Amino acid sequence: MERRLPGLAASSGLAFGPAVTFRAVGELRRAKGAVASEKQALADAVAASLRAVAALAGSLEGEAADIVGFQVALLEDDALTESAYAAIDRGMAADMAWRQAMAEEIAGYEISDDLYFRARSADLADICDRVLRHLFGLPELTQAPAGAVIVGEDLPPSAFLGIDWSQGGGIVLGAGSPSSHVAMLARGRGVPMVVGIGSEWQAVSGTVIVDGLEGLVLTGPSNESIARAKRQADELGRSRSQAEARRDEPALTRDGTRISVMINVAGLADLADLAAEACDGIGLTRTEFLVEHALRDEVRQFETYAGLLRWAAGRPVTIRTLDAGGDKPISGYTIAGEANPFLGLRGIRLSLRHPGIFRVQLRALARAAALGPLKIMLPMVTMAQELEQARALLDAALAELAAEGVAHSAPALGIMVEVPAAAMAIAGFDAAFFSIGSNDLTQYATAAARDGSEVATYADVLHPGVLAMIAHVARHGAEVGREVSLCGDAGGDPRAIAALLRAGVRAVSVAPGLLAQAKAAIRDVDLSGREPRA
Amino acid sequence: MNVHAGMNDASAKGNEGNLGMQEVTASVLLTNKVGLHARPSVKLTQTAKRFGSRIEVATSAAGPWTDAKSPVKIMRVKASQGEMLHFKASGEDAPAALAALVEIVTRKFDEE
Repeated sequence: MERRLPGLAASSGLAFGPAVTFRAVGELRRAKGAVASEKQALADAVAASLRAVAALAGSLEGEAADIVGFQVALLEDDALTESAYAAIDRGMAADMAWRQAMAEEIAGYEISDDLYFRARSADLADICDRVLRHLFGLPELTQAPAGAVIVGEDLPPSAFLGIDWSQGGGIVLGAGSPSSHVAMLARGRGVPMVVGIGSEWQAVSGTVIVDGLEGLVLTGPSNESIARAKRQADELGRSRSQAEARRDEPALTRDGTRISVMINVAGLADLADLAAEACDGIGLTRTEFLVEHALRDEVRQFETYAGLLRWAAGRPVTIRTLDAGGDKPISGYTIAGEANPFLGLRGIRLSLRHPGIFRVQLRALARAAALGPLKIMLPMVTMAQELEQARALLDAALAELAAEGVAHSAPALGIMVEVPAAAMAIAGFDAAFFSIGSNDLTQYATAAARDGSEVATYADVLHPGVLAMIAHVARHGAEVGREVSLCGDAGGDPRAIAALLRAGVRAVSVAPGLLAQAKAAIRDVDLSGREPRA
Repeated sequence: MNVHAGMNDASAKGNEGNLGMQEVTASVLLTNKVGLHARPSVKLTQTAKRFGSRIEVATSAAGPWTDAKSPVKIMRVKASQGEMLHFKASGEDAPAALAALVEIVTRKFDEE
């Protein structure tokens, strides 16, 4: 029978497919049995993981095959499970014993001075998770059928990135928020997503319609509903293809005001289907996923940044320094157990406390700046002093590179404006450019958490108080001749674009999947007679 | 090429008196760029597993010694470029095993 489960629209579009349940391993605990049965359970899970990885190895080539081949070798090795079995002997449940053993193994890799070893901790984390999934009898998401609708309480960004979305599919979450990190990723990839349907998610099975426009999930849909969903998907596809047809053209408002539209990326993969000509450069590069396993690897970071500059072919590439913390923890770097991580040590606050790691990123960025117009953007800047401390560290890195005779160039140093106090005191920041992080600015200004579905309606960028801050920053930028852009989700939201342009924003940066839609919305706006003072 | 490979038949010392249980040692400089990283570790252990002898590896002649057939344990050694790898093997095919291991390290695991 058809059931309608209302939630919040997190990523528009319509998906129609089989539900695949995702249960996070994180919170699961196993009821401990006898020592022998715990050992058997672990042995079975390792054996099943080995079979799955070995099967995968046969179907891959190149680097992916090497990575999987390494995982096969480790899983075949009894030394991997030795300390887990010893812990089971001491009375631990199989899952906790395995977690503990792998945490020790991973820690061993992460303390290495050698970049190549540290990078391999990601393989161990994969192995750890895979065995746990088998231990709990959870399906592996990477094996979800093409076009599946992933259903869960919440979905970690890493799990999203592990899924093949090329054949469509959608996401339904019991918790979550339209402004969570994973929702942002979903919008970027054009994956329809509904969040906040509550505990009902556990009962979702069979064929599901995800209506990312209305924020509605239909289970057991009638033939009529299926026909209507298909019709709507077709209509949506048509208006999207009209927008797509003009995607690569510049964005001008009705009155002819040129708006710069850049893209937000988290890595080279985001650029796969996009020509640089389609946009005005990269307005935000999130480096959390790029450098999570290369915190001290200058060469690997440099190569990634260089790849972005090569793609942009002379257009500006804005790279945000590590914005860990908040909902983006990095083990061993961010602080665990903060009562409110969004109000804690994150972004530049952490970078300044880890000058060694920050230096690696600044050096890699300065080296890449020799290849094209690279701009460094500091996240979560609250006080002018933080900008100056970062500038001093950048200057030191530039001096080092000069002394070493390594090719480099001084990048423009700008800040993200996402802390309300900084927005209101913007004239005190001597930054080369300002980029308004509307997601965090909105969450902090409205006191409504990004990830809390209960308060999602409060976190509205169109709140007059939030728009006033944006207008204040835009006015300051115009007065001193420094670029002001906006790189949050609002920049790609047709509902918000008119208000942002009227507030004085003339440059936005959006997920690549929203480029066409953002430009189409901009072309509908008429700024004549409504210009903020020049 | 910057390779120091040598084999010393150490069976003479000691008084086990069992010719089948001779211990053989060898050492070779690790010259490949990434050191005993994922792929090289797998190749090294695959080579070692072709032999019946007990084979151990260390980055110092004084040990600690690590089972050369265990990729997990070899990864824990974290041997980097420029380090000397010491092998010792005991068993019927120990000399052949060390010759094969020295060769794969000298060939930089066929990676470069």
